[in-house]
Amino acid sequence: MTVNTETIAGPESKTSFAPWRILRSLFLRAGVLPFFLIAALLIFSLASAQFLTVQNLTNVARQSVYLVLVSLGQMVVLITGGFDLSVGTAIALTSVVSATAMVAASVLFPDAVWIVISLGILSGLGAALTIGMINGVGIAIFGVSPFIMTLGVQSVGAGVALFITGGVPISGLPFEFGDFFGFARIAGIPVPVLLALIAILVMWIVMNRMRTGTQIYAIGGNIKAAHLSGIHTKRTLFISYLTCSLLASMAGILLTARVESGETNLGGTITLESIAACVIAGVSLRGGIGRVENVVLGAFFIVLVQNGMNVMQIGSYMQMVLLGSLLILAVVIDQLRYRMLLGKR
Amino acid sequence: MHDTIRPLVEMTGVTRIFPGVTALDNVNFQLLAGEVHVLFGENGAGKSTLISILSGVYPQSTGSVKLMGEEVSFGSVADAKAKGVAAVFQEFSLVPTLSVAKNIFLGSEPMIGPFIDRRKMEVEARKLFADLGFDIDVRAPVATLSRAQQQMTEIAKAIHSNAQVLILDEPTASLTERETKTLFRIVSEAKARGVGIVYISHRIQEFSVIADRITVLRDGKLIGTVAIADTTPSSLVEMMTGRAVGEIYPTIACADAPQVVMSVRGLHAWGVAGVDIDVRAGEVLGVAGLVGSGKSRAFRAALGLMSIDAGSVILNGKDLTGAATRKFLQQGVFYLPPDRKTEGLILSATARQNINLSLLFRDDVSTSTGLSHARMNSLSTGIARKVDLTDAFMARPVANLSGGNQQKALFGKGFGRDYEIYIFDEPTVGVDMGTRAALYRLIKELAEAGKAVVVISSDLPEAMNLAHRLLVFAGGRISAEYIGADINENNVLKAFFDTKGEAA
Repeated sequence: MTVNTETIAGPESKTSFAPWRILRSLFLRAGVLPFFLIAALLIFSLASAQFLTVQNLTNVARQSVYLVLVSLGQMVVLITGGFDLSVGTAIALTSVVSATAMVAASVLFPDAVWIVISLGILSGLGAALTIGMINGVGIAIFGVSPFIMTLGVQSVGAGVALFITGGVPISGLPFEFGDFFGFARIAGIPVPVLLALIAILVMWIVMNRMRTGTQIYAIGGNIKAAHLSGIHTKRTLFISYLTCSLLASMAGILLTARVESGETNLGGTITLESIAACVIAGVSLRGGIGRVENVVLGAFFIVLVQNGMNVMQIGSYMQMVLLGSLLILAVVIDQLRYRMLLGKR
Repeated sequence: MHDTIRPLVEMTGVTRIFPGVTALDNVNFQLLAGEVHVLFGENGAGKSTLISILSGVYPQSTGSVKLMGEEVSFGSVADAKAKGVAAVFQEFSLVPTLSVAKNIFLGSEPMIGPFIDRRKMEVEARKLFADLGFDIDVRAPVATLSRAQQQMTEIAKAIHSNAQVLILDEPTASLTERETKTLFRIVSEAKARGVGIVYISHRIQEFSVIADRITVLRDGKLIGTVAIADTTPSSLVEMMTGRAVGEIYPTIACADAPQVVMSVRGLHAWGVAGVDIDVRAGEVLGVAGLVGSGKSRAFRAALGLMSIDAGSVILNGKDLTGAATRKFLQQGVFYLPPDRKTEGLILSATARQNINLSLLFRDDVSTSTGLSHARMNSLSTGIARKVDLTDAFMARPVANLSGGNQQKALFGKGFGRDYEIYIFDEPTVGVDMGTRAALYRLIKELAEAGKAVVVISSDLPEAMNLAHRLLVFAGGRISAEYIGADINENNVLKAFFDTKGEAA
């Protein structure tokens, strides 16, 4: 499988030895993502002339904002050695709660639209904060496995969101909310993209330049050693799950603004997609390894593939099959890479 | 600044009770500023418990710990470190995915405002290693370092915290002679600065070089504290074991003309660079060497637990090179893994369930009508008698048993089928004296019943005293082979460091 992608990436590799070695070392260092990206770009631009246009790629960038945000959060918990299956729920709950709050607040303050919007956003973030706190308490303090904890919370949150709405989308949000957070541009850059760029920058600084980031890497690398080095491992784990939910919540608010209503099905497939984005970007499922810039690229890649499949008019059912396969393939290749790295020692 | 009369550390009447075990029983321990105080004792004697209490891993059950005259109780390792007690543990406390510099400063990073000062961190880390006289890339992830480099990183991490009390748990176990010298220099320098050093080691030959005083523990009890000038190696061993040297090792009769039953030729694997081994029936083959010398790996590769790069493994004339471990078991080879907790036993299952697992493939247990539990239980009861486990212990989850009884259960798995070859990898790690004597008796019975027995051990006296023939590993090769009377400490130690022609 590796061989396939590498041949696609560099057809000249068969003829000479050196490029093959460069590819090998690139694979060992950067993982599967560069090969996947190049393969996707090649396949889709060959399949459709519309794919490799500035307009389409800008579109992909705008669409990938939501997944980028969620993947950044997912990355944090993956680095601690866990994962979060409740990010979809965090989005749904954020959407429903913020919409409900805005509708209620606009009755109270019909003239102060920005107060209404702020209240809505804060309630949405608060709802996600609760989810993150429940995950954090269960995993960090009671030692529940992340799988069970976030799976349970996922069901609880989805239930609460459906209960609040009765399954019906909440409409009647202030026009300015959707207009600004969904469609506006500042200096020519769409607001969601701008917010995502800020989030990426902040996360990069936190993970690479701040103590919290080092502590997150440390507990994922060896939690016992982190503990012996005086790191408050429980607090760090707790913060990680909180961060993950908050980033998901941010995506939830932007999505709500985009569709201009509070909906329970907004976060549908994003759990799988965010884990796939991280794994493809070389985040280790064993914890301790993962880089912000790669994850952003990984999320971009997933959206790019979805966009490409749309352009090629592949049906949404088949897209599910392909996306799941891609995730498994990435993990298999990651295992191969791990073995190659060990073999090098 | 340092009051030489008032001790740096004063532990009085310290007791630590774990469920079912008293790991430390009313022990007094004193450490002066500027001294190297060796803790000496068998595995499981309580040394680790003592340093764990002193370094804040867990508190004592009763008793008092005074640091510089003041009663302390550490809330955590970080707390102890902040009060000037730093430890280098035997199990590495490094994060493999982080760089050397990040590991050293983990938990105490130099900061500029809210940001980590990476430049300062790397510069200081480099300076630290320069002072230690050790060359290392501070940006490299710890996972890519050799064991010795990791060890030095650990030590640098402890020293950097400017500790008044430095605890070193078997620091030389994985170091070469040259690196050991470097370490001793670092220790003497720390000593000259007035740091008190608690030093755990099994290597008696090191003590005269480095130690000031020695405290001997046995079965969690304090046996005595002696000055290095007032003692001899043999009296230390006597204090440690409670009996004269050699008494616990049985005399094992060797078969007259032992026949080769398993032969390994030209074996190459990761960390094994060309090894020939003959295992013979009715003989105990000892295998000695330092950690990382390849002694365990050679056998693990031969038995299909690691991949083989080159070479052959012949069992009773059959070529089994690269076969699955399952095949070796079927052909009558029993392998006792060195780490009973991760590879040997299912900790949550009872001792009986663990032993029953080894009976699963017997024809009289797995019958055409399904598993016969009655037959299985009567067989495992018989095994329990043989390895000296009572029915009460058989019914308990292995996790709740003492190290000695766990090891007995592990040995019990070796009697489930009719094995011809027994390969014991570290058969008595973390096991008390009484159990060791019992396990040695089992080894004796096996060898005298004509089985082929291999004892791979980092415990040199054990390997030397049990073996009829001793292989010494160094640098992935067999550096020497001794038979009978030639097996003595001088010969063997020389071979330990004989890595000439080392490939890797």
